[in-house]
Amino acid sequence: MAAGTTRRSTGGTILLTVLVLLVAVFILGPLLWLAVHAFATRWRYPNLLPDGLTLDWWRVVFAEPELFGAMQNTLFFAPVTVLLSAVICLPAAYAFSRFSFPGRRLFLIGLFATNAFPKMGLFVAMATVFYGLRLMETALGIVIVHVIGTVVFMTWIPAAAFSSVPRSLEEAARDAGAGRLRVFLTVTLPLALPGILVAAVMSFLASFDEAQGTYLVGAPSYMTMPTEMYSLVLNYPKQVAAVFAILLSIPSVVLLLLTRRYIMGGHLAEGFQIR
Amino acid sequence: MARTSTTPPATAAEPGTTPGLRLAGLTKVLGGRTIVDDLTLGIAPGEMVSLLGPSGCGKTTTLRLIAGFLHPDAGRVEVDGADITDLGPERRPSAMVFQNYALWPHMTISKNVAFPLKVAKVPRAEIARRVAEVLELVGLSHHAGSRPAHISGGEQQRAALARALVQRPKLLLLDEPLSNLDAKLRVRVREEIRDIQQRLGITTVLVTHDQEEALSVSDRVAVMNEGRIEQVSTPAELYRAPATSFVAGFIGSSNTLAALDLGEGEPGVTWVVRPEDVRIDPSGMPGVVRRVLPHGHYAEVSITVRDTDLRAFVTGAAPEPGEEVGVRIVRALRYRDGRLEDAHVEVPA
Repeated sequence: MAAGTTRRSTGGTILLTVLVLLVAVFILGPLLWLAVHAFATRWRYPNLLPDGLTLDWWRVVFAEPELFGAMQNTLFFAPVTVLLSAVICLPAAYAFSRFSFPGRRLFLIGLFATNAFPKMGLFVAMATVFYGLRLMETALGIVIVHVIGTVVFMTWIPAAAFSSVPRSLEEAARDAGAGRLRVFLTVTLPLALPGILVAAVMSFLASFDEAQGTYLVGAPSYMTMPTEMYSLVLNYPKQVAAVFAILLSIPSVVLLLLTRRYIMGGHLAEGFQIR
Repeated sequence: MARTSTTPPATAAEPGTTPGLRLAGLTKVLGGRTIVDDLTLGIAPGEMVSLLGPSGCGKTTTLRLIAGFLHPDAGRVEVDGADITDLGPERRPSAMVFQNYALWPHMTISKNVAFPLKVAKVPRAEIARRVAEVLELVGLSHHAGSRPAHISGGEQQRAALARALVQRPKLLLLDEPLSNLDAKLRVRVREEIRDIQQRLGITTVLVTHDQEEALSVSDRVAVMNEGRIEQVSTPAELYRAPATSFVAGFIGSSNTLAALDLGEGEPGVTWVVRPEDVRIDPSGMPGVVRRVLPHGHYAEVSITVRDTDLRAFVTGAAPEPGEEVGVRIVRALRYRDGRLEDAHVEVPA
């Protein structure tokens, strides 16, 4: 009996190990392929190792004005989108969380609705409006497209964060003599900050990765890294595409690590028990 | 007439001249229900008054009306003769200790306590001095740098008290401040609060559903029911002469009877008999012991007499369940239509 259980659990361990390895190969394999290509002069099947190592492809990416310009554009649009989205959505999030007004639920569900349909259809409809408003091939047009894509994150997550701040904490601050704005800045906002930062990170990444709408509204005047990726795959050696793909994934990794370090593990989490 | 005789002189005075707290005809309707109903109460400077009542009686709403978190539908709130009814909570001379303490988790204890002074733009050096002083007063100096999550419930309670006291408020409001503490700590902290309140001579309103808490620390207790004050009296008076049959039933334990001989009685009259006034006496009415609950130095005995259960406190040797005993009522309170008519009816043997 005991032996049977042991054997079965040994078999289970082996099965689990195989599964973990498979998943690791599935996830890490392509990343490894990218990493090797980014530094390889040439790497052809069936060779196990690349012919040689070089930094030329990185030089190409940073020297090519189109590619470098795309990077600059992306690094401009993403932060601007996050800031504008925060300015527009955070007051709405506070209102959703603290006040009850007619149509509150309808608005909340409505925000989700924009994400419930295929994006391309939405963008085509928007393009029609944008032509009329002369927003096609403008930076403002791209920012608007990006902000619309982040509204759901920037409203729902901070609204939940504001709701998790007990009202009595705000009342205690009022009772201590603080006006409404001061209460918001010293009590509500700091306590909701982890949720707001998560929303900001998600918005940043959403803007960073947005390709369809940007291409439709911005191309060819404004190319960003994701839109440039389309032509890159066709027009450059695959090593350049590999370098670009790595550059494109750096912000995600950095932001994820920062989130882990400062939000999930920091003292900000104490008031929330979200660790 | 017990109601008028126990009304404090403060309420009788003219508005605009009364020191302390004065609530005049306070009414609040929430969701179609009248939560506080034409409530009038005066509290003298330095006095500690408890609002006591069952849950839903309007005592917390009354406190929130005093603190300014709610605006009354009618009536006034005055402090030292000044009408503060239309002021927001941040401009009222009151400080509140919340039921869940409401300490800000992202600030240390000393930052929590310093916050009201910082908002009031008190000079930095004075803030430091006053915070140190008040933390010393509540015995929390060693936790000045701790965060609320890292100290015990009792310490959080005292930190919340310190945050209220540091403002030197004219009025201290305590909302069930002890309900989250365990029984032993509750007794100790309530004595500490009473001690500090008396030392500072600060006018205080305590909201509680715990009659022992209210009776043990207050100068006067206001018993509330359905948004109204049933009686305001000293704790001793409240127990000795409850003004209404509701107060009699709420304060202490009691037997409510239609007639002292446990018969039909006369319409409109009820009798309230304290368990300590029910004696076991062979010459009394015959009854059977149902239940005996020992409480240490006395036992609570349920006796069935003529189909009515009577509760008696028996010191010394308690009877056994099932035993046949004689029961005599020695003293009772008489109520007519729910109002006290006679607080001391001696029943001859």
